[in-house]
Amino acid sequence: MNTSGPGFGVYVHWPFCKAKCPYCDFNSHVRHGGVDAMDFAQGLAQELKYMRALCGPRTLDSVFFGGGTPSLMPPQAVDYVLRAIDELWGLGDLAEVTLEANPTSIEAENFKGYRAAGVNRVSVGVQALDDADLAKLGRQHSVEEALAAFRLARDIFPRVSFDLIYARPGQSLAAWQAELARALEEAAGHMSLYQLTIEPGTAYHDLFHAGKLTIPDDDHAAALFELTQEMTQAAGLRAYEVSNHALPGQESRHNLIYWRYGDYAGAGPGAHGRITTPEHKLALSTLKDPEGWRQAVAKQGHALVESNVLSACDQGFEYLIMGLRLTEGISLNRYARLTGQSIPKDRMAALVEEGMITHHDDMVAATPAGRRLLNALIARLAGI
Amino acid sequence: MTPWPANAKHAAMTDLSHIRNFSIIAHIDHGKSTLADRIIQLCGNVSDREMKDQILDSMDIERERGITIKANTVRLEYKAKDGKQYVLNLIDTPGHVDFAYEVNRSLAACEGSLLVVDASQGVEAQTLANVYQAINNHHEIVPVLNKVDLPAAEPERVRQQIEDVIGIDASGAVPISAKTGIGVPDVLEAIVNLLPPPKGDATAPLKALLVDSWYDSYLGVVVLVRIIDGELKKGQRIKLMSTDAHYLVERVGVFRPKQEMRASLGPGEIGFFTGSIKQVADTRVGDTVTDEKRECVEALPGFKPAQPVVFAGFFPVDASKFEDLREAMGKLRLNDASFSYEMETSAALGFGFRCGFLGLLHLEIIRERIEREFNVDIITTAPSVIYHINMRDGTQMEMHNPADMPDVMQIDNIEEPWIEATILVPDEYLGTVLKLCEDRRGRQKQLTYAGSRAMVVYNLPLNEVVFDFYDRLKSVTRGYASFDYHITGYEQGDLVRMGILVNAEPVDALSMVVHRARAEQRGRVMCEKLKDLIPRHMFQIPIQASIGGKIVARETLSALRKDVTAKCYGGDISRKRKLLDKQKEGKKKMRQFGKVEIPQEAFIAALKMDEN
Ligand SMILES: Nc1nc2c(ncn2[C@@H]2O[C@H](COP(=O)(O)OP(=O)(O)O)[C@@H](O)[C@H]2O)c(=O)[nH]1
Ligand SMILES: C[S@@+](CC[C@H](N)C(=O)[O-])C[C@H]1O[C@@H](n2cnc3c(N)ncnc32)[C@H](O)[C@@H]1O
Ligand code: SF4
Ligand SMILES: [Mg+2]
Repeated sequence: MNTSGPGFGVYVHWPFCKAKCPYCDFNSHVRHGGVDAMDFAQGLAQELKYMRALCGPRTLDSVFFGGGTPSLMPPQAVDYVLRAIDELWGLGDLAEVTLEANPTSIEAENFKGYRAAGVNRVSVGVQALDDADLAKLGRQHSVEEALAAFRLARDIFPRVSFDLIYARPGQSLAAWQAELARALEEAAGHMSLYQLTIEPGTAYHDLFHAGKLTIPDDDHAAALFELTQEMTQAAGLRAYEVSNHALPGQESRHNLIYWRYGDYAGAGPGAHGRITTPEHKLALSTLKDPEGWRQAVAKQGHALVESNVLSACDQGFEYLIMGLRLTEGISLNRYARLTGQSIPKDRMAALVEEGMITHHDDMVAATPAGRRLLNALIARLAGI
Repeated sequence: MTPWPANAKHAAMTDLSHIRNFSIIAHIDHGKSTLADRIIQLCGNVSDREMKDQILDSMDIERERGITIKANTVRLEYKAKDGKQYVLNLIDTPGHVDFAYEVNRSLAACEGSLLVVDASQGVEAQTLANVYQAINNHHEIVPVLNKVDLPAAEPERVRQQIEDVIGIDASGAVPISAKTGIGVPDVLEAIVNLLPPPKGDATAPLKALLVDSWYDSYLGVVVLVRIIDGELKKGQRIKLMSTDAHYLVERVGVFRPKQEMRASLGPGEIGFFTGSIKQVADTRVGDTVTDEKRECVEALPGFKPAQPVVFAGFFPVDASKFEDLREAMGKLRLNDASFSYEMETSAALGFGFRCGFLGLLHLEIIRERIEREFNVDIITTAPSVIYHINMRDGTQMEMHNPADMPDVMQIDNIEEPWIEATILVPDEYLGTVLKLCEDRRGRQKQLTYAGSRAMVVYNLPLNEVVFDFYDRLKSVTRGYASFDYHITGYEQGDLVRMGILVNAEPVDALSMVVHRARAEQRGRVMCEKLKDLIPRHMFQIPIQASIGGKIVARETLSALRKDVTAKCYGGDISRKRKLLDKQKEGKKKMRQFGKVEIPQEAFIAALKMDEN
C-alpha cells in the first residue's frame, strides 16, 4: 500500500447489465441485442491512452472495473484493458485490481479467467440474504446462487468484498441483525454495507413518491446504522468509512484514493476522474450513453463532456466531502494547502464540544455520532 | 416641443347632460371586471388585438389573483338608442375589504353605481358593504343580476333578496351574463336613462376633486381628478387647497383606457393632469384642486386619510439586502400612500422596517411585490394591531410592535381595537361560524335570515381577526361565507405579551400580544407549529412560549438522527458537491438565531391557527 500519499488509480466503467434494478441510478444499460465487448474494450483502451497523456506518468496503485456489471465482460476483454493499462502506466504486482461482480452462476464462470487476466480483488454484490427481498430488488440471483458465487470468489481471489444493501422497505432491526450475522460468517475481510437510498430517476423514486414504497424513517435508519457499526466492530471488521468495513489491511485501496482525495483517471461511459496537472486540478467526466461514447472515442480519442478546473474553494469542499467519510479524517494542513484558508477554530471547537468531531494535532475526524450526521457536519465545517 | 399635441377636435367641453359617471360595485368574483370588459368592448374603445381579460386590472398581481387593487378609470363613448352620443366615465373599484377606502374615493367621483350581484350566489357581505358606501355617496343604484347563463342562476329570487336585505328598489334590475354578453346593451341603456348626469357650472372658478395620484415612469406624477365646476387647462396655474401648493399644469388628458391628451376638462368630466409635482406624497387624495388666481369659494369636504390598521416587520432574509429593501419600499410607497414604514431593528433579525397596512391582503400584496418586482426575500414578523397602552403615570402610548411593550409594572391597562364584522353564510355552516366567532372572543350583535342564508353581525377584537380569521372562515365554510368589517373603537382587554424562545434564545420577531385567556393555547399551537417548521439540527432544540418569564408551553425538537450519504458514486464527487451547493442556496432562505436556523416562511406560518 502506498502510504506516502493518496496514490493514483484508474477507474474503468462497464455500462451494461442484464436487467435494470429498480433502485439503481448508476450509468447502467440493458442491451438485449448483445454487446460487442472487444470493440468496447478497444474503446476503453483508447480513452485510457488519452487520459495517460493528460496526467503523465504515475505510479499506479489501483485499477477498478465498476459498473454496470463488469462481470459481464468476457475475460479477454478484461485482459485486453489490463494490458493497455500496463503499457500506459505499468501495472506492478503490488497494484490492487478490483472488479465488481454480480453473483449469478453464469458470471461466476468467468472468475478464473479474470484472475488469470490479473484481477486480484472482487466486490460481490450479494445485496440481500432473503430471496423475497432479492426479487423485490430486481436481482437476477437467489441467495443460494449468490452465496455459491461468493464462496467461489473467495477461493479464487486473494481479496473479496461482500456487498449488501440494508434499510430496505420493511426491514426490522431483528431481521437485519440476523441477516448481517449470517453475512459476517461468510465474509472474508471486507464488507460494503449500504443503506438503501431513493435516487431520482429510478423506479423506486416514482414508487416512493407515489406513496407505494416506504423505507425506514430517520430514526429507524439511524438504529439500523448503529447496529451495523456494533456488529461489524465486534467481528473485527472496523468501519474505515461510512459504509465500508474491513479487517486491518483489507481496506479497498482504490476507494481510499477517492476518499483521500487522490488522483484517478476514468475511462468508459459516464466515468469520472480527478487529475492534477502542473497548473490545475481537473474534474473530468465522459458521455454517459454507451454507443455515443464509443463513437466519440473513435472520433476524437476520448468522450469527455466535462473538463472543469476546480477552484481552491471547490477542492477544499471536495476534500471535506470525501475525507470526512473516512474514520481517519482529514489533515488540516492539506486543507489549508488546497484552499489557502483554514477552518475557523471556533467552528471546530463547537463541533468538538458537541461530540461530533475529534481534533488531534493536524487531523480532524468525525466521531461515530458525527459520521451519522455527516452532511450536516460538513456543511457546518464548510460554513454553509 | 410638446410631446402631446392637443387635439383641437376635443377642445370643446362635453355637454353635462351627455355625461354619465359611474362605478361598478360587487362582492368579489361576482363579475365586476368581466362586465367592465364587456362595456368597454361594446363602446368600441379597444381593438380586439388590445383586448385582454380584466383590462382594467393592470398590475400583475391583480391579474393573477383576479382582484382589483387600484381604482382604474376609463372614458367611453356610447351612442344610445335615443340617437345621442354620451360620454360614460367608468371608475373601477377594488372589491376587498382592505381597500374599502379606495372604493369610497371612487364612488365620490361619480353619481351612480351598477350593483353587480351574482344571480347564482345572491347578496354577499361585500355587496352590502359596498352598497352602503354608494348610498352614503348619494348614488343612484342600478342592480345588475349577473351570470344568468349559469343553470344555478335564480335572478328572480336574487332580485327579491336585494329588496329584502338591502332595501332598495330592484324592479329595474337588469339580468345579464357578462360572460356571454347577454343583456349588456341593456346595462348601457340603463346607465344613460337611470343614472343622473353630473351637475356643474362651467363658468365658475375651477373646483375639482383629487381622486387619486400615482407615479408613472413616463409622465411623472399623474393626478386623477373629477371636475366639479370650471375648467382645467393645459398651462393653467393651479393650487391644491389643503396644502396650499401651487403647480403649473403641463398635460391634461383622459384614459380610454390608454392616455389621450386633451386641451382641457370641463364640469362633470373625469381625467388626469400632470405638472410640476415632484412626488405622489405632495398630493392628498380628496383634496380640492382650484385655480391659483381664481379660487373657488368652498373646498370639497375631502376624505379622512386611509389609516393603517395592521403592522408587521419586514426584514431581508439576507441581511446584506437591507438597502435593496429600503429602495423597494420607497418605490412602492410612491404609488401607495396607504402603506407606511419606518426603520426597525430587531435583536434577532437585525435591520428592517416596521410597516403599516390597511389589512392582511394589503400586507401580502406588498410583500409579494417586494419579492417579485425587487427580488428581495423577506421575513415577515407577527402582524400586530395598534394597542393603546395607558400607563400608570397617566400617559398613553400607541404600540405597533409587541417588542415595544413597556414593563408591565408601569402599565395601568391596555386597550385594543374592536371591529364590527358582518358575515353571510349558508344555514348549514352557521354553527361553525358562531363557534369560530366565540372562540375569537366575539360578541354577537345580530343574527337574521335572508332566505337560506344567515347574516351574523359580531363584535370582535381586531387582533383575533387580523391574522387568519378570514382563512379560517373560508375553510370552515368551504368558501361559502363572505365577510366584511369596519373598526368601531377601542376597548380594554386583559392582554399580555407572549414571547417565544428557541433553544433558550428569545426570538423577538415571533413575540405577540394575546388575550390572557387565549395565551396558553396560542403558545402551545405556536410551539407545535415551530417544531414542524424548523428543520432538525444536530442537537435537540427546546421551543418555549413564555409570558413574563413564565413558560406556558413547551415542545422539543429532537436532534437529527441521520444525515449521511450511504454511497459515493464511483468517484463522482461533483454530484455530491452540487448537492451541498444546493443546500447552501436553501440556507440563504434561513436566518440564524444563536445556533438554530429558522426558515423564512416559519415566521408567518407559525402564527396560523388550525383550531380543532
Ligand atoms: N358563467 C359566468 N361566469 C361569469 C360571468 N361573469 C363573470 N364570470 C366569471 O366569474 C369570475 C369572476 O369574475 P370577475 O369579473 O373577475 O369578478 P370580480 O372579482 O367581481 O371582478 C370569473 O371567472 C369570470 O369568468 C357570467 O356572466 N357568467
Ligand atoms: C452500482 S452497483 C454495481 C455493481 C453491481 N452491478 C451490483 O449491482 O452489485 C455498486 C453498489 O452500489 C450499491 N447501490 C446501488 N444502488 C444503490 C442504492 N440506490 N442505494 C444503496 N446502495 C446502492 C449496491 O450495493 C452495489 O453493490
Ligand atoms: S445495481 Fe448493479 S446490476 Fe443492478 S442495475 Fe445497477 S449496476 Fe446493474
Ligand atoms: Mg376583478
